[in-house]
Amino acid sequence: MKKTVVRTASLIGVVLAMAPAFALDGQYNFQHPVTHLAEDIFGLHMLMFWICVVIFVAVFGVMFYSVFAHRKSKGAVAATFHESTTVEILWTIVPVVILLGMAWPATKTVLAMKDTSNPEITIKATGYQWKWGYDYMQGEGQGISFLSTLSTPRAQIDQGEWKGDNYLLEVDNEVVVPIGKKVRVLLTAQDVIHAWWVPAFGVKQDAIPGFIRDVWFKAEKEGVFRGNCAELCGKDHGFMPIVVRVVSQQAYTEWVAAKAAPPAAASAPATTDKAAPSAASEPKPAAASAS
Amino acid sequence: MSAVTPDAVHGHDHGHDGHDHDHHMPTGWRRWMTATNHKDIGTLYLFFSFIMFLTGGVLALTIRAELFQPGLQIVRPEFFNQLTTMHGLIMVFGAIMPAFVGFANWMIPLMIGAPDMAFARMNNWSFWLLPPAALLLVSSFFVPGGASAAGWTLYAPLSLQMGMGMDMTIFAVHIMGASSIMGAINIVVTILNMRAPGMTLMKMPMFAWTWLITAYLLIAVMPVLAGAVTMLLTDRHFGTSFFNAAGGGDPVLYQHVFWFFGHPEVYIMILPAFGIVSQIVPAFARKPLFGYASMVYATASIAILSFVVWAHHMFTTGMPAVTQIAFMYMTMLIAVPTGVKVFNWIATMWRGSMTFETPMLFAVGFIFVFTMGGFTGLMLAIAPADIQYQDTYFVVAHFHYVLVAGSLFALFAGTYYWIPKWTGHMYDEKLGKRHFWLSMISFNVTFFPMHFLGLAGMPRRIPDYNPFFTDFNQLATVGAFGFGLSQVFFFYIVLKCIKGGPKAADKPWDGAEGLEWTVPSPAPFHTFEVPPVFEAPAGHGH
Ligand code: HEM
Ligand SMILES: [Cu+2]
Ligand SMILES: [Cu+2]
Repeated sequence: MKKTVVRTASLIGVVLAMAPAFALDGQYNFQHPVTHLAEDIFGLHMLMFWICVVIFVAVFGVMFYSVFAHRKSKGAVAATFHESTTVEILWTIVPVVILLGMAWPATKTVLAMKDTSNPEITIKATGYQWKWGYDYMQGEGQGISFLSTLSTPRAQIDQGEWKGDNYLLEVDNEVVVPIGKKVRVLLTAQDVIHAWWVPAFGVKQDAIPGFIRDVWFKAEKEGVFRGNCAELCGKDHGFMPIVVRVVSQQAYTEWVAAKAAPPAAASAPATTDKAAPSAASEPKPAAASAS
Repeated sequence: MSAVTPDAVHGHDHGHDGHDHDHHMPTGWRRWMTATNHKDIGTLYLFFSFIMFLTGGVLALTIRAELFQPGLQIVRPEFFNQLTTMHGLIMVFGAIMPAFVGFANWMIPLMIGAPDMAFARMNNWSFWLLPPAALLLVSSFFVPGGASAAGWTLYAPLSLQMGMGMDMTIFAVHIMGASSIMGAINIVVTILNMRAPGMTLMKMPMFAWTWLITAYLLIAVMPVLAGAVTMLLTDRHFGTSFFNAAGGGDPVLYQHVFWFFGHPEVYIMILPAFGIVSQIVPAFARKPLFGYASMVYATASIAILSFVVWAHHMFTTGMPAVTQIAFMYMTMLIAVPTGVKVFNWIATMWRGSMTFETPMLFAVGFIFVFTMGGFTGLMLAIAPADIQYQDTYFVVAHFHYVLVAGSLFALFAGTYYWIPKWTGHMYDEKLGKRHFWLSMISFNVTFFPMHFLGLAGMPRRIPDYNPFFTDFNQLATVGAFGFGLSQVFFFYIVLKCIKGGPKAADKPWDGAEGLEWTVPSPAPFHTFEVPPVFEAPAGHGH
C-alpha cells in the first residue's frame, strides 16, 4: 500500500515536471518540413513510430497481462509447454512482412534523396574549425563567396547574459537561396569532418576533408531555417550553426546584385574579404567524383 | 564446508589431494595478484567493473551538470569533449564488458560442471591487464592537452589532432583488446571442452550459449579495432596517411574499420545480457524456457548479421544509394531474431507461476525497456530517417536504452540472482526492490526526454544549447543524479550482503535449474573436481 502511494506520487512528480514543456510547440518532434523530401522523411518517421506503437501495445499488452494474471500469489499453476513450431514460424514470418512494408517507401526516399541531377543553383559549403564557407558555383549568383560564423556574443555564452531566441543558431552571413529552385550543395571540409544539417530541409551530410559529397533541397516556403554542425569537430563543434534564408526570386536577384557589387561598395564584414581568397585557392576536387 | 567470502582464507580446510599448490595458497593481496581460481578472478572483474562504472558515472554527471542550463557554467568546451569521450570509453571497455567477463568467470564453470576455466594463468593475465589500461585512460586527463576528445569512436582526422592523451587512449585500447581476446579464448575453450558428461551443446544453459557466441565475436573484431587504432597511431607519429586525404588516404576508411568492430561490439555487450535474462525468466516463471533451440539460432543469426550492418552508422557520410539500401535492409533484418528472443521470453512467462523477486523485476524491466531501445533501433535502421536522427540526442537516448536499461539492468538482474551463491547470504529483498524501482524511474526520467530533444534538433556532443531545449535537459539532469545515487545504494546492498544476511540455501530459488545450484552456498573454492552427473532439465533439446 505505502509502496503504491510512493510510486504514484513520484509518477505525478514526473508529469508535473514535464508540464512546462508540454506548453511549448514543436518540442517533441521534427521541425516542420519545408521541402518535399523532408515531408517524405517525416512521413517515414511517423510511419515507423506508429508501427512501433502498435507492436509495443500488442507485445506488452500480452506481457503485462501475463505479469498480472500468471502470478503464483494468484494461485497460477505453471504450464509445462516449451515450444510450438507453428507459433515460432508465425512470429518469424509476420515481422518479415512488416519489414517489407517499411522497406518499400524507405527505398523510394533514399533514391529521391540521392538524385542531385539538374540543379538550378549549386553551392559549395566548406567546413572549417569552426565556421562554414560558402561558394556559389553555378546558376544565378555564381561567384559569390563568403564565410559564415556564429554571431552570438561571447558574453551570452560565458557570462550568463540574457539569451535570445536564436542563441547559438545565428550567424553573421546567412546562406540565401530562392524559393522553389533545386539547390545542390557540395560538401567538403578543410580540416576535420563536419556535417551540414538543416532539419527543415531534411538534409544532413558529412563534410569530409579531401572529398566532395552532395545533397539537394528545394525549399517550398520562405523563411529562415537553422541547423547545426552534426559531426564532432573539436572544441567549438557546438558553435558553428548553419542558417539558410529562403527568399522570393525577386529578393534573391536583388541580393545577388548587392553581393556582386565591388567589395568596397558592399558592406560585407571584413572577414569575408580576407578569407575569400584562401577559400578559393584551396584545391577543388572534380565535382564529378561526387556521384 | 568452507565459507568463501572474498577475504576468507582457504587452503587447508577442504579435503582432497593432488592439489599441492592449494596448500600454499597466498593470502592478502597476493591472493588476488596471483589468483588463478575462476571465482576469485570473477570477483576481481566484478569489483573492477563497478569501480569503472562509478568513474564513468562521475564523468556523466559532470556532463549533465553542465547541460543543466544553456550557457557554459562548469566546464570549457574542450574539456566537455574529453568528458564525453572518456565517459563512453570507460563505460564500454571498463564497465560493461569486464562485468560480463566477470559473470562468465564466476558462472560458466559452475553452470557447465567444470572445475575451473581452461587456462587459469592466462585468466589471471587477462584480468590484470585491465587496471593498467584503466590507469592510462584516467591519467590521460592530467597530461598536457588532456584526455582524448574525439568521441569514443575516435574518428579521424579529429583524433589525429589530439595531444598525447590520444596515444594513451590508443595504448589502453590495445591492452584492453588483448585482455578481451584472451578472456574470449578462455571461454571458448572452457565451454567446448569442459562440459559435464552428458551436457551436449544443445543442452547447455542459455548463458553459456550466448557467451560462446559472444566470445567468437570478440575474437573476430577486437583485432580489427586494434588495427584501426594502430593506423591512427602510425598516421599520428610515423608519417603514414591511411586517413589523410592529402596523402592519398580516406577519413571515411577509419569509420568503416571502426564500425566493422563497433557494430558487433554492441552485440558483445548485449548477447550475454540475453543469456542472463534467459536464465532468470524461467526460474521465476517456474516454467522451462520457451523455444530453447530457436533462442540459440536467433543468437547465432544476430551474431552473423552483426558483421554486415556496420555502415548503418555511416548513412550521413554520403555512400552510394545501393550501399545505403543494402545496409538498411540488413539492419532491418536484425529485428527479426531480436523479436524472436523477446517473444520467447514472453511466451516463457505466459501461463507460468510467477513471483517477482528483485532478479525477476530487473529481468522483466530489461525486456520492457530494452525493447523500447529496439524500437528506436528499428527507426534508426530506416536510412532517410536515420540521417535526421544521426548525431542527435535521439541516438543518445537509443543507445542508453539498450546499454543501460539493456546490458546494465541484466547485470543487476544477474547479480541479485547469483549473489546468494557468491556470498552464501541472501541480499535484502526490500532494498533490492527499492533499487529496482529507483533505477527504473530515474533511468526513464533521464533518457526518455532525450528522444524529444533529438527529434526537435539538439545535436549530441555539444556543451551548450539553445534555451528552447532547457526543460528536457533539466529533467534529464535531475534524473541522472537520481540514477547515480541509486547505484551507490546498489553498492551498499551488495556490501551488506557480503557482510551478512540470512543464510542462503544451496538453491535459494525454487524454480531455478542448473548445476550451479547443486553446489553449496557460498560456492566452495573448488567445485566439480569430479564431473557431476548432468540431467537435462525439461525443455532443453531433445
Ligand atoms: C549514470 C548513467 C549515465 C548517464 C547519466 C549517461 C549520460 C551520457 C551523456 C550525457 C552522454 C553524452 C552525450 C553526448 O553529448 O553525445 C553519454 C554518452 C555515452 N554514453 Fe552514457 N550515461 C550513463 C551511463 C552509460 C552506460 C552504463 C553506458 C554503457 C556502455 C554508456 C555509454 C555511453 C556511450 C557509448 C556514449 C557515447 C560517448 C561519445 O559520445 O563518444 N553510458 N552518456
Ligand atoms: Cu562540428
Ligand atoms: Cu550498429
